Amino acid sequence: MKKNLSYLDSVHRDGRVWGFTLLVLIIAFPIAVSLCFGAGPEWGPMAKALLAVLPMYWAVGVVEIFTYVPMLGAGGAYLSFVTGNISNLKLPCAIDAMERAGVKANSEEGEIISTISIAVSSIVTTFIIILGVILIIPISPLLSAPVMQSAFAQLLPALFGGLAVVFVSKNLKLSIAPIILMLVLFIFVPALNAGTVGIMVPVGVIFTLIVARIMYKKGML
Amino acid sequence: MDFSVNSPILFVMVGIIIAAVLAQSVYFLVRALKRANQLGMDKAVLKKTMSSAAVFTIAPAVAILVGVISLSKSLGIALPWLRLSVIGSLTYETVAAGTALEELGLGLETQISNPHDFVTVIWVMTLGIAVGLILTPLLTKKIQGGMVKLGKSDKKWAEIFNNAMFLGMISAFLGYVFCDVSLAFNGDFTGLIPVCVMFVSAVVMAVCGLASKKLNMRWMTDYALPISLVAGMAAAIPITTWLS
Repeated sequence: MKKNLSYLDSVHRDGRVWGFTLLVLIIAFPIAVSLCFGAGPEWGPMAKALLAVLPMYWAVGVVEIFTYVPMLGAGGAYLSFVTGNISNLKLPCAIDAMERAGVKANSEEGEIISTISIAVSSIVTTFIIILGVILIIPISPLLSAPVMQSAFAQLLPALFGGLAVVFVSKNLKLSIAPIILMLVLFIFVPALNAGTVGIMVPVGVIFTLIVARIMYKKGML
Repeated sequence: MDFSVNSPILFVMVGIIIAAVLAQSVYFLVRALKRANQLGMDKAVLKKTMSSAAVFTIAPAVAILVGVISLSKSLGIALPWLRLSVIGSLTYETVAAGTALEELGLGLETQISNPHDFVTVIWVMTLGIAVGLILTPLLTKKIQGGMVKLGKSDKKWAEIFNNAMFLGMISAFLGYVFCDVSLAFNGDFTGLIPVCVMFVSAVVMAVCGLASKKLNMRWMTDYALPISLVAGMAAAIPITTWLS
């Protein structure tokens, strides 16, 4: 039991050290670019653009932490919030890995499997992008071809179609209400689209948790 | 120093940050593997976890690369490389960069030629994603601690809680797949493309599941997700031609 605590505690300690170090590096980048070229930002346009972008992204960012951290586990969360692409890559990867290994996100085994899958995924992503940046001249026309564009545009439906089969088939009773709610919302509310799906994730999660709690109390699950 | 969006110094700086992020992933990977050994977890399971995570990552990573290429027209290669390798996701970065460029009177199609404009875009993109970086180290321990406690107090509910979270997220994305279907009433069938793609991917996943059970092809389960993902994306090509 004590050992168990110490691994998780050390993940938190190291996660914080890494997190703050990388935060400093990432914030230092624009400053360093300014110094190199002896050029500051255009304050007016910058303020206007920040005013347009920040409120939405900071709100979503805060909600994302509360939504994704419980699913990712500690190590997975420290990695994912630095490497990004959570909903379209890291989280499905971790969910799939935990499902196949038969471990739960809130157990230590789940924590380990999630961390391993997200770390491997981050490393592979980094290398593929490095390779792509080196080969950008020969591969850009290939990847920018309309045929390829139509495949990449459908990444999310192709990803969540497969993932849904696994989870819906295992939790059939629990999945009916959230799926119906989301279908109705997305079909009939025009404001819901690719840009706002991020906001609907926590809505879906909270709604499903409430439904699950009621069904659990009534002995339906 | 003379400014260019592809100045070598930018690649050096971006390279340093990406190396640091890579080091973090390697560090946590090694720690988790060591801990798994201490706990006596099955080595075969760990190996499969790594190999299928790697295979699964290929298609989404290439999609991210496509994002780097599309942003590189205006921002050069170094900045999109950084922004999409570290935090960032395509939807966010395109909007953030687009908004900043618009305020500067520029567009995503023309290359930035002035360092002031470039620095402005970097600041907008960086500050936009900063909230996750600041709050994750501060909040993760508290949130995670609550989950661990829950797992100890009521095991069955903790398991349902877990599944409910995943289902909630998946249902939001399933809803998103259907967001443009109502356009079909106006004779525009492009909204059905994601629905058909999702259907293909779901069928392929179900077939993989059946094949691994009935034909005893265990390896199939490990790669079912990447197989259904790539099948869905490949099917998108004829489906898009057909419906638009």
